[in-house]
Amino acid sequence: MRTRRQFLVLTGGLLASAAGQAQLPPNLAALRKAALNEAVRKVTGDAQLRRGRVKLDLPPLIENGNAVPLAVRVDSPMTEADHVRAIHVFTEKNPQPNVIGIQLGPRAGRASVTTRARIADTGTVIAVAQMSDGSFWSDSVEVVVTLSACLEDGLI
Amino acid sequence: MRIVFFVLAFFPPALSAEIPLAERRSGYEFMSRETRAMQDDEATGPAALWLLDGEALWVRQAGESARSCADCHKDMKGVAVRYPAVHSSRLVNLDQRINICRLEQQKAPALQLEGRELLALSAYVGRQSRGMPIEVPVDAKTRPHLDAGRAAFQRRQGQLNLSCAQCHDRHWGGSLAGNPIPQAHPTGYPLYRLEWQSLGSLQRRLRNCMIGVRAEPYAYGAPEYVELEYFLMWRARGMKLETPAVRP
Amino acid sequence: MARVIVNLPASAKRGEIIEIRTLAGHSMETGFRRTQLGELVPRDIINRFVCTYNGAEVFRADLHPAIAANPLIVFTTVATESGTLEFRWTGDNGFSATHTASISVV
Repeated sequence: MRTRRQFLVLTGGLLASAAGQAQLPPNLAALRKAALNEAVRKVTGDAQLRRGRVKLDLPPLIENGNAVPLAVRVDSPMTEADHVRAIHVFTEKNPQPNVIGIQLGPRAGRASVTTRARIADTGTVIAVAQMSDGSFWSDSVEVVVTLSACLEDGLI
Repeated sequence: MRIVFFVLAFFPPALSAEIPLAERRSGYEFMSRETRAMQDDEATGPAALWLLDGEALWVRQAGESARSCADCHKDMKGVAVRYPAVHSSRLVNLDQRINICRLEQQKAPALQLEGRELLALSAYVGRQSRGMPIEVPVDAKTRPHLDAGRAAFQRRQGQLNLSCAQCHDRHWGGSLAGNPIPQAHPTGYPLYRLEWQSLGSLQRRLRNCMIGVRAEPYAYGAPEYVELEYFLMWRARGMKLETPAVRP
Repeated sequence: MARVIVNLPASAKRGEIIEIRTLAGHSMETGFRRTQLGELVPRDIINRFVCTYNGAEVFRADLHPAIAANPLIVFTTVATESGTLEFRWTGDNGFSATHTASISVV
């Protein structure tokens, strides 16, 4: 390089072209939404997903996403002729969409399950119930997730 | 948020009004209904597994003495609410007192501070005083420790130059980064902090506070923590013990 | 063996729906966390929970990393006959835990 100006112009040009060739940051929100829809579709197949009969219970304002009490109840007589075969729970903003999938039958007496989930971020949680007649019913809840104050790694 | 910090920085230290006794509330009351339910669920709440471990350790023979805690102690009712206390001229908290027993009576090695076993034993011992009022005794010997603890509570520290009193005496009930600020009464330690996904001691929580104001935390077992714990327990006198609690 | 807690009534009336509460000690490492040095902490979770009643499966759950540490699973079953309920948790790295409980159905 004969002058500093020439050096700066050259490196500036290189950086600009590199940035142009670099990938744009992935649209995480769209990817997660697609993953959620894919996970639900894996369960329902081509069948229509209807809203109702399912009650998904979790706090709308979550103090800490590490342990969120989550309960699902499905309105069903749970007889041999008419019962819930499976309940699946998905969430939109986690690194992967599946939370839990349970298999039951008339011996359950009640179609219900309670657990504690990890919900990473504010978004949608969906519960899907598969009935013995092949139909699929669902409920969804919008949750807001907050982070605790005063952590161990000094994030403020 | 930054505005709050700037405003707090201009308030004079050591004049923070202490919370009137009748207005004191446990951190339990600042939590959501669901988190409270986790604490109330003694059988299958997240702390239950540590209680199981603690019970097993309580009856296990240890050390050269080949004695278990149960061999000497009928039960520990009323013990956890009296700590920290002075033992052999030294102010110790419950965890340290358990280790003194292990060393002197059981002739067994001390348990690691903040380790799984000590936390389990501490939870098991504390559980036996659950529901009892906190009552740390204060006398001429311990008063200097109380004063030192109070001074630490009111002293500004860290890059953010905040004292415990500024948030927990003056601004309790307000918000910090979207979370309610509790009054900081150690009514339920050791407790299951959802953030840790594990049971932890008061010292671990105090370290989180110090990191929060960007102060360098003391090492586990530091006498500064024990004096601050002594002051905090005295400040919470009369409040019911909730060990093992659940907190976000 | 890992610690587990199972709560259910010791006896029930025939046809009564009983609630079973289970808790298993496990960190449920998601596989998405990184160490301070940026290394990925490998996944290590319980991925299946099965309950059998006198040998017949009455409940099964597939767990994913989104289940919180020390997983709680609460479900119901109909008290059909006296006998034994067996609970089994299995997971990554050969994890396995079992618990049995008797029930008397009148």
